[in-house]
Amino acid sequence: MLKFFSNTFKHGVHPPEHKEDTNKLPVRQFPFPPLIVLPMQQHIGKPAQVIVREGQEVARGQLLAKADGYLSVPMHAPVSGVVRKIANVPVIGGQKASGIYLETFPFSGQEVVEGLPVPLSASPEAILQGIQDAGIVGLGGAAFPTHVKLKIPEGKFCEHLIINGIECEPYLTTDHRVMLEQADDIFTGIRYLLRVTDAKQVIIGIEANKKDAADHLADRIPDDLPVKVKVVPVKYPQGAEKMLITALLGKEVPLGGFPIDVHAVAVNVATTAEIGRLLPHGRGIQERVVTITGPGIKKKGNYLIPVGTPLRFVLEHVGAAENLSEIYMGGPMMGISASDLDISIVRGTSGIVVFGDENVKRSDKIYPCIKCGACVDACPISLNPSRLGILAKSEAYDTMAEEYHLMDCFECGSCSYVCPSNIPLVQYFRVAKGIVRKRKSAVAHV
Amino acid sequence: MFSKTLRISSSPHINKGVGVDVIMRNVIYALLPVTVFAIYAFGINALLVILTSLIACVLTEHLLNKFSNRPSTIADGSAVITGLLLGLTLPPIFPLWMTFIGGVLAIALGKFVFGGLGYNAFNPALVGRAILQAAFPVAITTWHPAFLADRFTRVSESVLTFPFAKPVVDGISGATPLSAFKFDQVTTESADLAMGLISGSIGETSSVLIALGGLYLIARKMMNWRIPVAILGAVYVLSGILYWINPEIYPSPEFMLFSGGLMLGAVFMATDMVGSPITPLGVVIYGIFIGLLVVVIRIWGGLPEGVMYAILLGNSLSPHIDRLIRPKVYGT
Repeated sequence: MLKFFSNTFKHGVHPPEHKEDTNKLPVRQFPFPPLIVLPMQQHIGKPAQVIVREGQEVARGQLLAKADGYLSVPMHAPVSGVVRKIANVPVIGGQKASGIYLETFPFSGQEVVEGLPVPLSASPEAILQGIQDAGIVGLGGAAFPTHVKLKIPEGKFCEHLIINGIECEPYLTTDHRVMLEQADDIFTGIRYLLRVTDAKQVIIGIEANKKDAADHLADRIPDDLPVKVKVVPVKYPQGAEKMLITALLGKEVPLGGFPIDVHAVAVNVATTAEIGRLLPHGRGIQERVVTITGPGIKKKGNYLIPVGTPLRFVLEHVGAAENLSEIYMGGPMMGISASDLDISIVRGTSGIVVFGDENVKRSDKIYPCIKCGACVDACPISLNPSRLGILAKSEAYDTMAEEYHLMDCFECGSCSYVCPSNIPLVQYFRVAKGIVRKRKSAVAHV
Repeated sequence: MFSKTLRISSSPHINKGVGVDVIMRNVIYALLPVTVFAIYAFGINALLVILTSLIACVLTEHLLNKFSNRPSTIADGSAVITGLLLGLTLPPIFPLWMTFIGGVLAIALGKFVFGGLGYNAFNPALVGRAILQAAFPVAITTWHPAFLADRFTRVSESVLTFPFAKPVVDGISGATPLSAFKFDQVTTESADLAMGLISGSIGETSSVLIALGGLYLIARKMMNWRIPVAILGAVYVLSGILYWINPEIYPSPEFMLFSGGLMLGAVFMATDMVGSPITPLGVVIYGIFIGLLVVVIRIWGGLPEGVMYAILLGNSLSPHIDRLIRPKVYGT
C-alpha cells in the first residue's frame, strides 16, 4: 500500500512553547551549594549502595556509592567536601529515601578526580560497562540506565541509531543549548554509541523550532560518520521515543515491544553528549544542564548545576517571585510538582518551571465528559481516553486494561491538556495502572 | 525566604483553556444569525415562541438541580442551546403553553433523567419536540407564511391560546414545501429554499445562515465537520440516484437538501457531541445512517419530514457504533 510519509506521528497537541525566554541564553556554571543532598536512587532501578562513611573527606568526582546490580548506576561526588551524614533525604512527592548529605569545602578548587579512561577502541562490552560506571541515565527526564537500554538483545540487531533532540516539552531549552554548545561531545558520544549498537546510520531528530541547532550540528558532522540531521514539525509528544521513531522512520514500534523490534535504538542528545564528555576521561556524572524558567523566575536561564543542589538554594540564587505557587520538576506537561523546597536537583531534572499565583490558569471546575472527542484526536497512540475516563470513574480497571489498552498509555498528558471538561484523565490512568499492576502481582504471588 | 506553601497538582499542569462553557457559548453565537433572521421573517410570534422555549429550558434546568440539591448548571450554557434549538424547530405560531411544556420536558426527560449534561442519550431539544409532535400533532403541523406585512404588529391568536385549550387555527396558515410536495406534488424553487424565503419551522428556513453558523464552529474546531458532510452527502447521493431514475415522482436532490429541517438538524442537532460517536469513522457511519433515514422517511414514510426521527435513531445507534468502531491503537 502506498503510504504518505508525513514526517511526524499521528495526533498530538500544540501547547504554547514559551522557549524564547531561555533558548538564546548560553549555559552558565551554577555556584556550588554549601550542602549537597544526594538521593541514592535518581534512576529507574535499585538505589546505589553507599561505600563511604560519615566524616569521610571526598574529592569531586570520587565514587560515593556503587551500582547495586545490573539495573542500577553508581553515584559520584558532585563537590569536594566531607560526608556529613548518611541518612534518608527528602525526595519529590514528600517522601524520604536513602541518601548522603555532603558538606562542600568552601575554599576548594573543586578539581575533578578522573578514573580510568574508556577509549573508543575498547570492546563494546567495556564501553557499556564504562557507561554504567559513569552513572549515565536518560537525561531527557526518564532516568533509565543507558547501558541497559543500549544492550541489544540476543538475536536482534540495530540498524538506526536515533539521537533525540526533540525536546517537545514546553519551556525547556536544555537539549537545545547542549546541541548548540556541545557538538563535539555529541559526535564523540555517537562514536561510542555506534561501537555498542553497530548501527548502519544515525539520525539526529530535531523539531523545527530549533532550526539553529539543526544547522549547527549539520555543519559539523564528521566526514567518517553516517549521520543525518532531520528536522520534523513541532508537535507534542514527539520526544517520546516511539513517536520519534514513527516520525523519523515511518514505522510503528509494535505494542508492548521496544524500538529494537524495528531495528532502532534511541538516545537523548544530552545523554549522548555526556557519554562523549565523560568516557574519554573515566569520569562520572556530577552535574547536568537544567533550564530554570517560568513566569515566577527572575534570572531565567540554562545552568550547569551540581546534582544534589537543593531546590531552595537554586531558587534563592536565580530569584523567584514572592508569590510562587507551583514548581514543576521537568516541564508543565510531564513534570512533577515539587511539594517543598528541600528536595534537590537529580540526574533526571531537565528543567525547573516556576509559576506564580497569577500564572496558574487551570480551571478547577470539572464538567462531565461531553464526548467531544478532543482527547481521541490528541492521543498519540490512538487510545480512547474519554471511554477510559468513564470506566475509571466506575472503577472498571480490569476492563480498562484488557479492552482499552490502559497499560500502553505513557502518560504524556495530551488528553488532559485538551479536555474541555478539565477531567484529570492522566491522573485517573496513573491510579488505574497502579491498581492493575498491584492486582497482577497479587495474582502472581498466590 | 519562600515560606509560602507550594501547591501541587498532577501533570499536565497546563490546559488548553477551551472549556465546555466556551464551546457552548460559541454554539450560541453560531445560532444567533439564524435566530435573528427567523424573528425577522416570522415577526413577533417567532420571538415569543423562542423566548418561551428558552425560559422553560433554563428554568427547568435550574429548578431540577435545586430540588435535587446539586449545584446549578445553567452557567454551562447547554440549557440555553436546548431552548434555542427547540424554539427553532417549532412552527412560528405554535401556542406558547405547548412550547413551555416542550421546554420543560426537553430538559427533564431529555437530559435530567439521564444524569444531566454528558449523560443524555438523545439530543434534548429533539426529545422535547418528539413529545410535542406526539401530543399536539395538529398544532405542530400548522404552518404559517413568512414575511407577512403585519408580522411585527400582530400576535397570532394561536400563539396566545389559553393553556390546555384547543388552539385557534389561524386562517392564513400555509403548507411547507415538504408537505406541499408530499401531499400535493408541488415543488418549490431551491434557491428560495436556500435563502429562507419560504414557510416552515421558525429556524428551518435559511439554510445559508445555518451553514454559516456551522462554518464558524468548524473553523473554531468546536464542531465535527464530518457529521453534516456525511448527512448532507448521503441525502444528496441517495435522492440524486432516485431523481436520476425518475425525476417525475422523486424530488431533486437540491430540493431535498434545502427543504425542511435538514440543514438545522445536520448542522446543529446531529452534531451534539454527547449523542454522536467519538471516532472519525464512527461519525461518518452515523452521518450516513441519518442521511439515508431522512430520505427514506421523506419519500416512503407517512410523514413529510423525517429529520427529527432520523437523528434520534442516530443518537440511539451511536454508543453501539463506538463499541464496534475503535481507533487502531499505535503498534497494533
